[in-house]
Amino acid sequence: MTSEGFIPSYETGTEWLRCVGASSDVVMSSRVRLARNLAGWRFGHKAGHGDRQKVLEVCRDRIAAAGLSGVGASTSPAPATPTAPPQIMWIDLRESPPIERQLLVERHLISKQHSKGKPLPDLKAGDVETTDPRGVAIALPDERLSIMVNEEDHLRIQAVRGGLALAEAWADADRADDLLESQLDFAYSPRFGYLTCCPTNVGTGVRMSLMLHLPGLKLTGDIEKVKRAAGDMNLAVRGFYGEGSEAAGDFYQISNQTTLGKGEQAILNDLAGEIIPKIVEYERLARRNLLSKRGAALEDQVYRALGLLTHARLLTAEESMQMLSHVRLGVVMGLVSDVDLASVNALMLLTQPAHLQRVMGTELDQEQRRNARAQLIRRRLLKTN
Amino acid sequence: MKCDKCDNEATVHEMIVKGGVKTERHLCEHCARELGLNPGGATLGQLITKFVVAPQGQPLAPASKPAAPARPTPPTSCRGCGTTFADFKQTGRLGCSECYAIFETQLGPLLERAHEGATHHMGKSPKRWEERAARAESDSARRERIDDLRRRLEQAVMAEQYEAAVVLRDELRKIEAQGTV
Ligand SMILES: [Zn+2]
Ligand SMILES: [Zn+2]
Repeated sequence: MTSEGFIPSYETGTEWLRCVGASSDVVMSSRVRLARNLAGWRFGHKAGHGDRQKVLEVCRDRIAAAGLSGVGASTSPAPATPTAPPQIMWIDLRESPPIERQLLVERHLISKQHSKGKPLPDLKAGDVETTDPRGVAIALPDERLSIMVNEEDHLRIQAVRGGLALAEAWADADRADDLLESQLDFAYSPRFGYLTCCPTNVGTGVRMSLMLHLPGLKLTGDIEKVKRAAGDMNLAVRGFYGEGSEAAGDFYQISNQTTLGKGEQAILNDLAGEIIPKIVEYERLARRNLLSKRGAALEDQVYRALGLLTHARLLTAEESMQMLSHVRLGVVMGLVSDVDLASVNALMLLTQPAHLQRVMGTELDQEQRRNARAQLIRRRLLKTN
Repeated sequence: MKCDKCDNEATVHEMIVKGGVKTERHLCEHCARELGLNPGGATLGQLITKFVVAPQGQPLAPASKPAAPARPTPPTSCRGCGTTFADFKQTGRLGCSECYAIFETQLGPLLERAHEGATHHMGKSPKRWEERAARAESDSARRERIDDLRRRLEQAVMAEQYEAAVVLRDELRKIEAQGTV
């Protein structure tokens, strides 16, 4: 494990977004999160600074000793660019500058809450970001595995894959959990399963979620039916950046809410074997119908978006996201031929504030960001460099 | 059915029983959100809060049975971390593993509501616990075997079948010796 890591650039990390997986015309990514706590320690919000510090140290050392670096590592033959050997990078978030933490949030490697830290009774409010003991371990080079320490639960193990690959993501999370379990004693009861701070996660502690791109269903209005059906099946529907976020650019995260009384395999089978393939088919049908019945209008929307993205001089993150969503639809439907899916996916991340500043190599205020964003998109889409 | 507040189709249905009076609300997703209700399955944290916090009334989530009444004198605070059940009702969070044991009775019905009627864990468990369960199982099997051998040995002695008794005694010694390792 490297001690104080520097977050790699987008081009080497975020494997799930760069690489295109199964059903990637609709499914952006598959994620599995496991909530775990150490036996004998209070849950985070009830622990004082000293205890949180100790939990952090124990977890950090055990993560380093658990031999996690191979988990989720690519097995595909010879990558295009030679990659660094797999290793686990540890980031102590107290020492990360705000922009680095924002970068991790944008990459879905940590939650917003984890970036900010937890206000504890024995801390002054203003100090939280730099004093609350918390960190994250990230598997390099592909960032398929990450482990938040001292978030709501002591450990949050996350595995991610591009496209519809929930079984693979589960296998990674399961393996990481086994390896950590050999080093740590997890809070568990035969009746309630893995014990979590919030009883809504108790049992398996698992949340399996899929990020879907559903512009077709949004246009036909059938998205409301999908949301209702998901609700009836006890699935949560969230936006691109999770809890409370709007469905920016027609991206929706669908995930299980039931964690007690239903095994991991059953949750996996229901989602990846039944529900998601149906939504994927439903979305494809909506797209086909739009193309045959409102083809000109659809094409118009795609090309207007492309026109705006390649000519605007000021762009907000929200507008970019919405326009990129339209272009993405055009690309996967074959309406646009000179833009590829990986480039569109990349721009969705690179146009977020922290990534934008990283790419531009300088700090930018909001106004400057709008300008830089438009510039970056133009350059990338027109391939003028 | 139309939304109580606007012309949209109502998708969120809520029934509240308060002081013996039943009131129903039918809302579209938008209006439900405006009123602070969470449509489409509700986040479970909110369900818990809504369910336990409501004063002298029981808002019922759609399509679920009423929770069992709480026991007369349940424990009020956790030995491990000092969390009270009132704290939990307010925050939706427990303070330590011990809380689950202390508040087991009160948590049961809430967990059932939040997890599609489930009362017990299914799925993965830590290897340590699997081994513990396996050991407990083999322990009880061993005890049964020992009891059985003792009974047969007694019977053999009473029937003066000494050769059989020797065989049984040796068997018994062997098994008892395994237990002390
Ligand atoms: Zn309404
Ligand atoms: Zn407790």
